[in-house]
Amino acid sequence: MSFFLQMLVTGIVVGSVYSLVALGFVLIYKSSDAINFAQGEFLLVGTYVCLTLVASYHIPFILAVLITLVFSAILGLVVERIVLRPFIGKPVISMIMATIGLSSILAGLVHIIWGHETRVYPKVFSDKPIQLGEVVIAPVYAWSLVIVVVMLVIFTLFFKYSKLGIAMRATADDQQAALSMGISVKTIFAVAWAIAAIVSAVGGVLLGNINGVNSSLSTIGLKVLPVAILGGLDSIPGAIIGGIIIGIIESMTGGYLDPMVGGGLKEVIPFVILVLILMIKPYGLFGKKEIERV
Amino acid sequence: MLTLNNVEVMYNRVILVLKGMSMVIPEGKIVTLLGSNGAGKTTTLKAISGLLRSEDGEVTDGYIEFNGERIEASDAETIVKKGIFQCMEGRRVFEHLTVEENLLVGAHTRKDRHNIKEDIQKVYRYFPKLEMLKNRQAGYLSGGEQQMLAIGRGMMARPKVLLLDEPSLGLAPLMVKEIFSIIKRINEEEGTTILVVEQNAKIALSIADYGYIMENGRIVMDGPVERLLENEDVKEFYLGMSDKGRKNYREVKSYKRRKRWL
Ligand SMILES: Nc1ncnc2c1ncn2[C@@H]1O[C@H](COP(=O)(O)OP(=O)(O)O)[C@@H](O)[C@H]1O
Ligand SMILES: [Mg+2]
Repeated sequence: MSFFLQMLVTGIVVGSVYSLVALGFVLIYKSSDAINFAQGEFLLVGTYVCLTLVASYHIPFILAVLITLVFSAILGLVVERIVLRPFIGKPVISMIMATIGLSSILAGLVHIIWGHETRVYPKVFSDKPIQLGEVVIAPVYAWSLVIVVVMLVIFTLFFKYSKLGIAMRATADDQQAALSMGISVKTIFAVAWAIAAIVSAVGGVLLGNINGVNSSLSTIGLKVLPVAILGGLDSIPGAIIGGIIIGIIESMTGGYLDPMVGGGLKEVIPFVILVLILMIKPYGLFGKKEIERV
Repeated sequence: MLTLNNVEVMYNRVILVLKGMSMVIPEGKIVTLLGSNGAGKTTTLKAISGLLRSEDGEVTDGYIEFNGERIEASDAETIVKKGIFQCMEGRRVFEHLTVEENLLVGAHTRKDRHNIKEDIQKVYRYFPKLEMLKNRQAGYLSGGEQQMLAIGRGMMARPKVLLLDEPSLGLAPLMVKEIFSIIKRINEEEGTTILVVEQNAKIALSIADYGYIMENGRIVMDGPVERLLENEDVKEFYLGMSDKGRKNYREVKSYKRRKRWL
């Protein structure tokens, strides 16, 4: 039983990080209909920047994270301006191709700058485990969950109440009507990319603290694709729930099935789920319904 | 205050839609632009509001002047900030936003954020139904309610000129009457200048001061409403008063063409 709970907690924590990263994915999809294949590389760049600040420049962790957030926001803005802006109004497929190109470029840069061996964060969180009944939680997991929840709450409030957040939702609904309100759709795109880079960086830093940092972290970018699709691609709550579901399934598979088959299932299972979901519910669990009035 | 002079509009650099369109919209008045389907009414409004560019359209000749400034090259955002707001054809409310959020988006460009609450209340005074529906998702409103929301959302920008594109489209006659009487009140009480595009000439002429009739990309007739109402052609082709009551527009058009060939 305690093993089950342990796996459950691990699944929820890792899944919540997926949720966060998937949020970035969903935002870009909602604002421009494009699928961002460079999400994983955003994550990688964020992680390495933060790691470098902490490990090489001995900047306190919190400060390093804040600098990383600012850096990521700028990265997102620059990428949108240079790589994607020219594709506004062009077929979506060309924008998607651009993100694939972008992902190769970023991956190459990371490789050149930071190499490819696994590095670990200096100890940031204490390793004195937290005892919760039968379950033992490493502080890094607890903190990750707290940070993800705080960020998700902030974004939810942002989209619900802020002027820019409401304008972003309006633009996702009807781009030309948004234009007619005097909303700068360019600004909305840019903000979506900045937020996508920020959530990826945070996700990367958290996973990096949990598992260490190497370039394979960028596969998270692909893994959140099933998360986002499970949730319906354009639904923020869907992304959050989808992330947690995938996280739990992955953790359970790793805990129970992998020992039997000798490993590897854990990596595949999200994609198996993806295929199943697409067969049963093509719009995901929470995909936006076109409202039809009667 | 708003002037179009010999405006020519092309889509995709080849399709010429407006062919020397001129009109004047005086401050504080209601002007109506009438014409059948495909005449270029919506294109005219988009040329004014800067929305053309989002459809690869362009003003290729002539100019549009607002309070002495040329605006035909400005983008939509700038034009909204200058005080011209277009309520697009087909209502185009943000379906997944609530009624009140839709109103907030209307005020997007406003600098005086502290007056916004007050203005929402003002919109509710003009459209009491909207207040009851304020937390409802706009996509679930009836056509008439959505049209009210679209106009209310326009008021939230505090525009000097409101461009309305076929507010009667798809609505029941009673609802059309109600909405047009409110449009008239907005003009009188807020002093908003209004340019209303319509296919329903009767209702539009009932509130307007001046009318333009366009066909095939240019103005074919214009005048104060009283004069248009007396004009035999207008009566026949746009008000459908001759013998068998109102004609369908397609019939009117082909009829007219036949007449020209004679
Ligand atoms: N985005 C566009 N691209 C190409 N042609 C267009 C576009 N919008 C309108 N048109 C054409 O311009 C003409 C006038 O259209 P429109 O301005 O919508 O007329 P109205 O509003 O009077 O019905 C029509 O022939 C239409 O097919
Ligand atoms: Mg039209």
